[in-house]
This record gives sequence, structure tokens and C-alpha cells, in this order.
Amino acid sequence: MNDMVLAAPLRAADYKSDYKPIWCPGCGDYTVLSSLTKALAMIQRPPHEVAVVSGIGCSSRIPAYTTCYGFHGVHGRSLAAATGLKVARPDLTVIVTGGDGDGYSIGGNHFMHACRRNVDLTYIVMDNHVYGMTKGQASPTTEPDWDNKLSPGGTGIRAFNPLVIALAAGANFVARGFSGDPNGTAEIIAQAIRHPGFSFVEVMSPCVTFRPEQKQWKDLVREAPVQATDDPALAARRLMTDDGFNIGVLHAGNRNPYPTRMGRTATSVADLESEFEL
Amino acid sequence: MSLSPLSTSPGPAAPAAVPPPARTYSVAIAGSGGAGVMTAGTLLLDAAARAGLYGLMVRTSGPQIRGGEAAALLRLGPQPVVTLDDRFDLLLAIDWQNLHRFADEIPLGEGSLLVGDVDAGEAPEVLRRTGARLHALALKKTAKAAGGAWVNMIALGLAGTLAGVPAAALEAALRASWRRSEESLAPNVAALLQGVAMAQGLPGERPDPLLPRTDAPAGRWMLSGNEAAGCGALRGGVRFVAAYPITPATELLEWMAPALTRVGGTLLQAEDELASVNMIIGASYGGVPSLTATAGPGLALMTEAIGLAVTAEVPIVVVDVMRGGPSTGIPAKSEQSDLSFAVDGLHGDAPRLALAPSSIADCLTTTEWAVHLAEALQAPAIVLSDQFMGQSRAVIDRPPQADAAARRLTAPAPDATAGAAVPAYQRYLDTVTGISPMAVPGTPGTVYTADGLEHTERGIPSSQASDHRKQLDKRLRKLEQHDYGPRWADIEGDAELAVITFGSTTGAVREAVARAAVQGVALRLVSLRLLAPLRTEALAQALQGVRQVLVVEQNHGGQLLRYLRSRFDLPGRASGLHRPGPLPLRPGELCAAFIEWAAAHAPQEITA
Repeated sequence: MNDMVLAAPLRAADYKSDYKPIWCPGCGDYTVLSSLTKALAMIQRPPHEVAVVSGIGCSSRIPAYTTCYGFHGVHGRSLAAATGLKVARPDLTVIVTGGDGDGYSIGGNHFMHACRRNVDLTYIVMDNHVYGMTKGQASPTTEPDWDNKLSPGGTGIRAFNPLVIALAAGANFVARGFSGDPNGTAEIIAQAIRHPGFSFVEVMSPCVTFRPEQKQWKDLVREAPVQATDDPALAARRLMTDDGFNIGVLHAGNRNPYPTRMGRTATSVADLESEFEL
Repeated sequence: MSLSPLSTSPGPAAPAAVPPPARTYSVAIAGSGGAGVMTAGTLLLDAAARAGLYGLMVRTSGPQIRGGEAAALLRLGPQPVVTLDDRFDLLLAIDWQNLHRFADEIPLGEGSLLVGDVDAGEAPEVLRRTGARLHALALKKTAKAAGGAWVNMIALGLAGTLAGVPAAALEAALRASWRRSEESLAPNVAALLQGVAMAQGLPGERPDPLLPRTDAPAGRWMLSGNEAAGCGALRGGVRFVAAYPITPATELLEWMAPALTRVGGTLLQAEDELASVNMIIGASYGGVPSLTATAGPGLALMTEAIGLAVTAEVPIVVVDVMRGGPSTGIPAKSEQSDLSFAVDGLHGDAPRLALAPSSIADCLTTTEWAVHLAEALQAPAIVLSDQFMGQSRAVIDRPPQADAAARRLTAPAPDATAGAAVPAYQRYLDTVTGISPMAVPGTPGTVYTADGLEHTERGIPSSQASDHRKQLDKRLRKLEQHDYGPRWADIEGDAELAVITFGSTTGAVREAVARAAVQGVALRLVSLRLLAPLRTEALAQALQGVRQVLVVEQNHGGQLLRYLRSRFDLPGRASGLHRPGPLPLRPGELCAAFIEWAAAHAPQEITA
């Protein structure tokens, strides 16, 4: 960046690209995008030093809607791609975005291991309890009795609790946001980016097309009545009795992030080869 | 139809033919777990190198995780060795336990020596009926008498001496490897020398030993194919590796883990192969040349993401150390059966690079080349090594340094003072070469989104026919139009009958061709190193004047034959010679088959 640009503070608009999202009118993801760009403006990291990585799904389209470097990979593997990027390029700020199907179903294994590996990433999941891009199938967070064409009468399977799983697997920062509260969510995302290690932000983001009843979420959410804790067990206990509508930062831990080794030493390859010499 | 010499030289520029094979000595040292056969084998290989010789050591073992029967299979000679021989001159068995499980892998014959322990009971019937000369010696008792030495040191002295490796070289190898106390070394040196004496006192005929070489080139190396591939990756510039453990690729990763740290890179153990390949794509997108190594099952899991690397044009290298397949198959044994998968196994029209090293030494140079090609062409490269090369050790001449590393074409930051006059960066610009500058994240002014969705030149998702066509053409063109130079294949000889092969089978084929030449049957050898994209024009050139083609490979389905037929009009009535693993194709059987095949395709004699 040249000095002129550095002189003026970056605004949220500086992180928003000109591309028109493919989302349905009223989709919660619009405001999550706004929250993300607001959060980046709070951080003031120039867009070209930020990478937004995603998988497949409605919300995974976010990278190109920002002015950051973007990576829109295959379904479910965003955390893996982001892990490789961040470990190889620790100087970048790496943000991972996606939905509940991408992150908890096809990408479930990576979610668990990203939490325990604790690479300094921020993972934002826009959870709408449905596969929207494939037009309305049950996801891991869908209620068991939600009727749909692929599982008539519902799946009969209890919903996944991503925040508790994240805590159990070792995520260093766990929060819940709501797309109807863009400023609050922006604050949470900014805090998540600043927090070292793996930060997980689950954002309730209604699908107005396939789950119109989620429009009622705005009446149900409330700020969590308790402060964030650095004790994952306490955070997990709170979540196990939580109705899913408490928003805010629930856990901010102090685990050391995955260590960076890139560029620490510079022995030449020729020196290494001496071990093969007879 | 009589067998006659088939070819005369058509011109002065003909490539050099395969030289005649040199005398070699083949030794198998076998025993149950804890007998130390691998240590004895490794020391024998080291000692042979100290005596100016070359050698190859193949490890074979049962399915047990630890312990269980194992054998070190060595072939030593005055020239670099890349394949096992038809028969072993010596099988030295520290005990006979479960040795019958290896009988297929250790062919013996009249004139071979079979040495066992006098107290280990009778040799298995399957070995006795080979006609090998049996010697029962007091191996364990002698070791015990030498102050509690290890029995494998007796074996080392015996086998080394019978092979012609001087006692001084054997002792030097032992001393150089010793990591324990001086007191414990002495009885083992004594045992080694007892083994030497035992060999010298062996009655009856024995295969001729080798002669040490005093003129061996300086600066030779000893390493495994997996280490060689890892070293080639580092030479090529790889600084990030993510991988999941899998036999027989694990040693490649274990060698690279500390090596990468030392050169300023990182190896990350992923949760599975889906993660490892996506991690390296992420790292490479970040500008760091990246690699993963796996075997067939892992490659299968990686295919979706390799397609992403094709479409998003992210350079990556995937080393597949092939093993018996499909499914879990035969994990610790070799087979060349992932070829079809490597060249065709992605959904959509997905041009990719596929390369195969043909020896342990070539594992280094071909992996290095694969990194250069992947980086230069912004495409995934699959390197088909195999268990035979990966887990074997060889004495090789120091691999030459590549002339220059081919680097990724990166996009510079645009001139910030030019303001709005700077055209928007087009990541997937449709250039003449098909290669477009790739921006490195962190660079101002060249922000883009790498995408697995079909896209415009700007990188915006598009489902338009014209964009799809343009990008498909671009991705194909960049691989097809690249000048790969002469390394795409090894071409030897100018006969009218050609044998085409690839990968580790090349060694046995090359030796069989040389033996056939001694018997008056001239064959041309074409060993493909660059499998995809297939260099059809160069192949046509290489096969100029060829009447018939025989395609040799180690798999059940004739995958190379089918691949070549699908892409190229092979001359004559192309036929295939293929056998699945785990048994290696041996030069003798190949030579016999070549001679029979050549006779069937001899030119019709014109009678008056």
C-alpha cells in the first residue's frame, strides 16, 4: 500500500467488492458479509494482506464479495486449505467462511482437527440449518422432524451442537452471533480475528427461502447473560443447557497457537545432501 | 520363420544402444524378526560401496508390524544396479522360520548356494528342491562363542566374502555404523571375521565372486527411492508438505520432516488425505511450492482436490508410491497399477502432469523436474514412484544438479501511481502460452479469488459456454505447448522392434534388451518419463522405423498399453507383456519373452 492510502483509515466499504451476491433477497448472509467487512475495518489490515477461504455452499461465495485475496475451493475442505495457507504464510490474516453443511457434515473431520490444531484462523460459519444451494435438504444442525423431500418426515437424527464440539476439540475462541445484529456480529468477528489460535464464530443466518420460519429468530435471540470464560469446561456446561439463542463470546481460551516454523532456518539443500554421501 | 538379427543401423544419429550387462552377485539374507537381516544387508551394501562397487538392496517382509520374517535382497556389481537378477547366487538364512513365504521372491537354481544354521533344523522343501548347494554352518553357536556377538555379523562376513567384498571393507562399514560401546564392538568384529573365515573354508563349487573396483567415481551416494524423491522435492524448491501416513510412502515424509525444518520449510501431518491435498493447495496458493506423498488409497481420496488444482491453476506435486491395488491391496509390495488413475482419474476434462521415475536415482531428478513443471505450468503433477524403488536402497552416482529451477510466473504489484489507468488484474488471462501471471497473496493491486468454479479471465464464476471453452482450451494448451525437452523419455537403440515401458520396470527391461542383443536380437527401448501429457509427436519420432511394439509393465490390465492405444496409433500390432505385483518382472524372463516375440515378428524372408 502506498502512503496515501495508509493515511486514510480503511472503511468497511473498502473491503466490499463490486460483485453482486447470488443470494436470495433477505438472506442472512448479506449482513454477515457486512459484519465481516466492518470487522476488517476495525482491524485495519489492508485487504491484500487478508485471505478469505471457503468451501461450497451459498455462504461459501463470500470470498469474491470482498476485496481480499479469495480462495473458493472444494466442498468441505476450506479449513484444510486455510490451514495450509496460514502455516505456509503466517504473515497473512486468514479468515474461513462457510455454511453448516460444508463445515459440520462433509467437512466435519476437518472442523474437529482445526479446533485441536489451533492454527491462528478465524472460522465463520453461517448456520441456517439447511442446504440452500441444493434447494432444501437437512444439514447436521437441522431439527430431526423437519420435513423435506430427501428425508420425508424429517431425518429423525438429533441436531449437531457445533459449539460444544468446538470446545471439546480445543477451539481457542468460541462465539455465537446473529445475522440480524450486524454490529454485534462485527464486534465478535473482530475479536475473533485478534484472538490468537483457532477462533470459531457460529452465526445464525436465516434461510428465508427454505426455512422462512427462521425469520422469527430475531425475536428469540438475546445477548448471553454471562461473561466469556477461559475455562472450556464451564463454557461447554453453559452451552449444554443453552437454548441456542444466546449470542456473544462464550469462550476465549489461552492455548498456544500452532507454532510457525517457516523460514526459521536456512540450511542449504546441498548441505542436507551430505548425509547420502558415502 | 527363423530367428535372425532383426535390425541394421539406419543412420549415424542413432541413439546409443543398451550396453551389455556386467557380471553381478545376488545375495538374500533372511531370518525372523530380531535376527538383524536388514542391518546385515545395509552394512553389506555400504561395504560393497567401499569396495568400489554399486548395489541395490530390496527389503521384503511379512505383514507383521514388528518382528516376523524378513529378507534383505541385494544385487551387487561394478555398475549401478537398478533391478534384481533372475536368481540369487546366495541365500543365507539365519533361521528357516516362515522362509517359505518368500520362496517366490528368492529364486535359486543349480549353482546357487543355500546357507543355513546347522542347529536350525532342516531347510524347507521348497528351497531344497531348487538344486542349490546346501551348507549347514554353526552360525548362532559361533556368534555366541565370539563373546555374545550378533549372529547377523557372522552372516555379514559370510555373505560379503562370498560376494567378493573384502573383509577390510566389511569391517570398515561395521565400524562406521557402530553407535554403541567400544567393548561391544570387539566381539562383533570378531564374529564378522569368523564369518569371513567360514566363507573362505566353504568346500565345493561356488558362484564367482565380484572383483573390487579401485576406479569407482568419487562422490557416490547411498539412499532409498523415497529419500531420493524427498531430496528432489527440496532441490525443486518445495518448502511445504502436508501428508497422512501411508505405506509405502511414509519414509519419504519422515525423511522430509526434519529436512524441511532445516531448510526453512514445514511438514504438517494432516487428519486425512482429503486434508493433506487441500492444505498443499492452500499453501501453494500462498506462493510456497508444496507437495504431498501418498499411495493408491490416498491418491483416490485426493482426486477431487487435484481437479481443483487443475481448475484454479494451483501448482502442486503429489508423489504416489504405488503399491498393490485396488483398495487396500498389498500395502508393502510393489505394482504399477495406478497409471490409469494418474493419467485419467479426474472428473471433467482435467489436463494434468504425470511423471514416472525409472530408478532410485531418477526418483530424485524426476521429482525435482515435477516440481519445476508444476510451478512453471501452474498445474498438478503426479509422480508415480513405487514400493520397489521407494523402499529399496541403492548406491548411485551423485545426481547432477538441474541447470535452473523453473519458477512460477507471478504477477507484480501494479504501479500504484498510475491510479485508475491500471487495468484490472486478470488471474486467468487467456495468454498465448496458456500461462497467466499468478498473484501471491500479500501483493497489493492483484487481488483475486482462486476458484474451482469455472470462471472468466478475471476469475469471476461463470457458466457461460464461451468462458468454459476458453479456460478449458487455456488449461490444455499450457501443458500441450510446453517444451519438455528430451527428458520426456529414455530412447535407446534404433531397431525395428521396440519395447515401451515406464517406471521401475525400466531397469529389468533395459537389462533384458541388453541380454537379447548379446543373443543377436536387436530391440529399441523407449521408457516414458512424462506420461501426461503424452508427447505424441516425440513418440512418433522415437518410433520412426519401428514395425512392432511391445508394451511392458507391472500390472494386471495392461494400463500403459491401453493408455498409449487411446492416445496414439502404435505401429504394427502392438501387444502387451504385463504381470501384476508383487513379484518383480525379472530380466531373464523378459529376455526370453522378447526373443520369442521378436521371432514371431521377424521380417518375412524373401525366397527366390
